[in-house]
Amino acid sequence: MQTDSYMVLVLLMAAAVGFAVAPLAAAWAWARFFSPAKPGKEKNATYECGLESKGDAWIHFRSEYYLYAIVFLVFDVETIFLLPFAVSFTGLPVGAFVAIIIFLVLLVEGLIWAWRKGFLAWK
Amino acid sequence: MIDEGLKSELQKQGVYVTSLQELYNWSRANSVWPLTFGLACCAIEMMAASMARFDLARFGAEVFRPSPRQADLMIVAGTVTKKMAPLVVRLYNQMPEPKYVIAMGACAISGGPFKQGYNVLKGIDRYLPVDVSIPGCPPRPEALIHAIMTLQEKIRNQKLTGPDRAPHLNADVPGEFPVPEYGEHDLEPPKNSEVWQPPALKR
Repeated sequence: MQTDSYMVLVLLMAAAVGFAVAPLAAAWAWARFFSPAKPGKEKNATYECGLESKGDAWIHFRSEYYLYAIVFLVFDVETIFLLPFAVSFTGLPVGAFVAIIIFLVLLVEGLIWAWRKGFLAWK
Repeated sequence: MIDEGLKSELQKQGVYVTSLQELYNWSRANSVWPLTFGLACCAIEMMAASMARFDLARFGAEVFRPSPRQADLMIVAGTVTKKMAPLVVRLYNQMPEPKYVIAMGACAISGGPFKQGYNVLKGIDRYLPVDVSIPGCPPRPEALIHAIMTLQEKIRNQKLTGPDRAPHLNADVPGEFPVPEYGEHDLEPPKNSEVWQPPALKR
């Protein structure tokens, strides 16, 4: 008689599922038959920091913040690309050089834009 | 229900019997999860109790939950100001049953050294049913451990059935307590008369 070698796996899987489901079922049965549910206004409240929430969650962010995004790209993200560019500068093929120059020109354009807007002036 | 004498007799022979109530309470008492909720200097002692030196984990009570939805035990650790009292009661209300309260330190019991202060609540037992009170200013971590053990003893002796069964199994016992509001001079109401009555003066 040929024994199915995968039978062990099936049995293990059944035991694993049983171990997972049995406590959940016991907890469900306990809550259903013994422990009365006591819902309430406070208990069903959304937030749980103790303070009651007030005001509206739908606040607006001003669109002027795009200038911060541009300046962040110019001064922060650019640095990440400039460092490996400088390290491997001598061994770069022409295509990669042109690509990084285009990237830099785009960012410099952003810098000029921010400058023209007077965003870099210390007020 | 099995007779206690028969039970110990069987235990000597290596046969362990238990009841559903004992099993339920045994597992409950050894997994009391407190709420991460410190109000004042007692909270420092509470933190010390949960750390390696005093090791609250030995009692299954080291899992401090940051959410009241997952906590069983509220340790009122410190001075409860009148500003803070509604928040304490609201957090207690948001805890699922069964839930317990330990009033830790003189302030949580009675207001302690700040009792005469205009903004200090004279004991959290005015609004919440306190299970264990720990005196001390602040109590040592050993005292908190003793309070946890006392609470475990209390949980182990709770009944599953009958008129004096555990409150969370009794549908008539409320799971929420009224949250006080900020009044002009004091909290409104200044106490929850269902859980606390001022001691009668004997003249």
